[in-house]
Amino acid sequence: VAAGAVVLSLVALAAACGGSGGSTAGAATKGKVNLVAYSTPEASYAKLIPAFNKTPQGKGVTFTQSYGASGDQSRAVAAGQAADVVHFALEPDIQRLVDAKLVSPNWNQNQYNGFVANTMVVFVVRKGNPKHITNWDDLTKPGVQVITPNPFTSGGARWNIMAAYGAELKEGKTPAQAQQYLSDLFHNVPVQDDKASAALQTFTGGKGDVLLAYEQDALLAEQSGADIQIVYPPQTIEIQTPIATTVKSSTAGKDFVKWMYTPQAQTILAQTGYRPVVTSQESAFTKAFPDAGNPTLFTIDDVDSGGWDDVMTKFFDPTNSIMQKIESSIGVSTSS
Amino acid sequence: MTTVALPRRRASGAALPSVAPGVAITYLSVIVLLPLSALLWESHKGGLDAFWQAVSAPDAVAALKLTLGAALLVSLINAVFGTLIAWVLVRDSFIGKGLVNSLIDLPFALPTVVAGLTLLTLYGPNSPIGVNITYTRKAVVLALMFETLPFVIRSVQPVLLELDREMEEAAASLGARGHVIFRRVVLPNLMPAIFSGMALAFARAVGEYGSVVLLSGNVPFSTEVASVHIYSQIQSDYVTGATAMSVVLLSISLVVLLSISALHRWSSKHDR
Repeated sequence: VAAGAVVLSLVALAAACGGSGGSTAGAATKGKVNLVAYSTPEASYAKLIPAFNKTPQGKGVTFTQSYGASGDQSRAVAAGQAADVVHFALEPDIQRLVDAKLVSPNWNQNQYNGFVANTMVVFVVRKGNPKHITNWDDLTKPGVQVITPNPFTSGGARWNIMAAYGAELKEGKTPAQAQQYLSDLFHNVPVQDDKASAALQTFTGGKGDVLLAYEQDALLAEQSGADIQIVYPPQTIEIQTPIATTVKSSTAGKDFVKWMYTPQAQTILAQTGYRPVVTSQESAFTKAFPDAGNPTLFTIDDVDSGGWDDVMTKFFDPTNSIMQKIESSIGVSTSS
Repeated sequence: MTTVALPRRRASGAALPSVAPGVAITYLSVIVLLPLSALLWESHKGGLDAFWQAVSAPDAVAALKLTLGAALLVSLINAVFGTLIAWVLVRDSFIGKGLVNSLIDLPFALPTVVAGLTLLTLYGPNSPIGVNITYTRKAVVLALMFETLPFVIRSVQPVLLELDREMEEAAASLGARGHVIFRRVVLPNLMPAIFSGMALAFARAVGEYGSVVLLSGNVPFSTEVASVHIYSQIQSDYVTGATAMSVVLLSISLVVLLSISALHRWSSKHDR
């Protein structure tokens, strides 16, 4: 956790030079919201913000929006980028800001534990599912190429791995067997892109048989006419994305986050591919995506009672962890 | 571009006001020296042990080997083909020469990610010409060849333009054949420029990220280059590892640039 507080001076420098608002912005000027988010909800915010502007409390509020890889965005805010509202792909990225005293430790004290929209890890296959991929065991079969980003560069990849690992546990495997599964799985991964969007591009570019992806990304790609289809595995992980206001947030920023839990906002999230957290709006999602499946879901805390904090050390420490060992074993067997 | 081939002339400073050196040094400090010192400082925060541990980890070593090997190979390829292209551009005349000359610099103008994407479309799984080499080490070399194309050409071209044709004519009148003239008369004159072009290409290749990250597949121990490895360490909040690797890359590039400069000094002294 202490590592979260470490501020890389280079990032600080980059943020200082590149930050648009400088230090003036985070201040409580009512009517202005600096939104810093990970990249996938950009399409949702394109609809959410105009809708918020039509509400009484949102009238005349202006937004500055910044989207990018979740970890990068979180590090930039920790290093000084102005932010009123932050929306990330995984909880540790908010935790980094809590450690930096930029977000209140009570940020998740609401009915929804701070999560604003859910999605899940799904399989994306070629149209017609030529390799007959239906469950997690199909991914480790010989001759099946699986595309997933590099777990050390991509937050999305970490979700994918925890989905695979958790699904094995749900099938009654021991942790050792589930780790072996991850190793087998990664022997079928020929490309490890640096982020989820690049992996999607690699897949639509013709490489691989299965892509592990966010459901929301996959639905939008399918909608935009890519030659792919979604396969819902029997069980998968529920991806919960957290939203929070910073301690310096404008009133407008706080209003906006409150509004994000209204039926109106949750409906827009549903229409743009997210599973709403306000359960009364589930129907909006089913209406927009009638063919979406309903796999058995588990959360990160089901996989590891220590949550992300524990998982990051155990699975993704770059010097000594389960994934680091798996990557080494693959390297030894494949490098020429 | 030929940063290494500094003119060997005593500084007179007559053309510019006396504040010029001060401005130059301040500018360099703000833009280059300060950030580099910050990097160096950050890399030593964990102590020497942590530094060594980071750069001697097997995956770091594998990434370094791949990066340096590919950069070396690419600068050698550039030495041959860059000189060839410069020769054609200076000594031959053909229709569209001006256009070709302008094309050389385009890899500089193109955002590296776009370059990667273009190469991916051309030499990827859906290649329209039936060549698929992406996600291999060959792809790393290919991306670097594209990104470093201009360096040797642009170093050699001006030297070749200035080269006194009378030397070659004299050699010819003494009975030397074409290839002998090139090897014994032209090439020695071009060598400093070729070397400085190679050094720049090497340094550029070592740090390349945008195009390689799309083409190589980034599989650790196999196709992951140093810059991608560094990015993964930043993403894992392993700042010591990232900065340590960066310092190693910078030191290697610095050594290469310095030795080229020394070589150049030696050869120009040797000429006299």
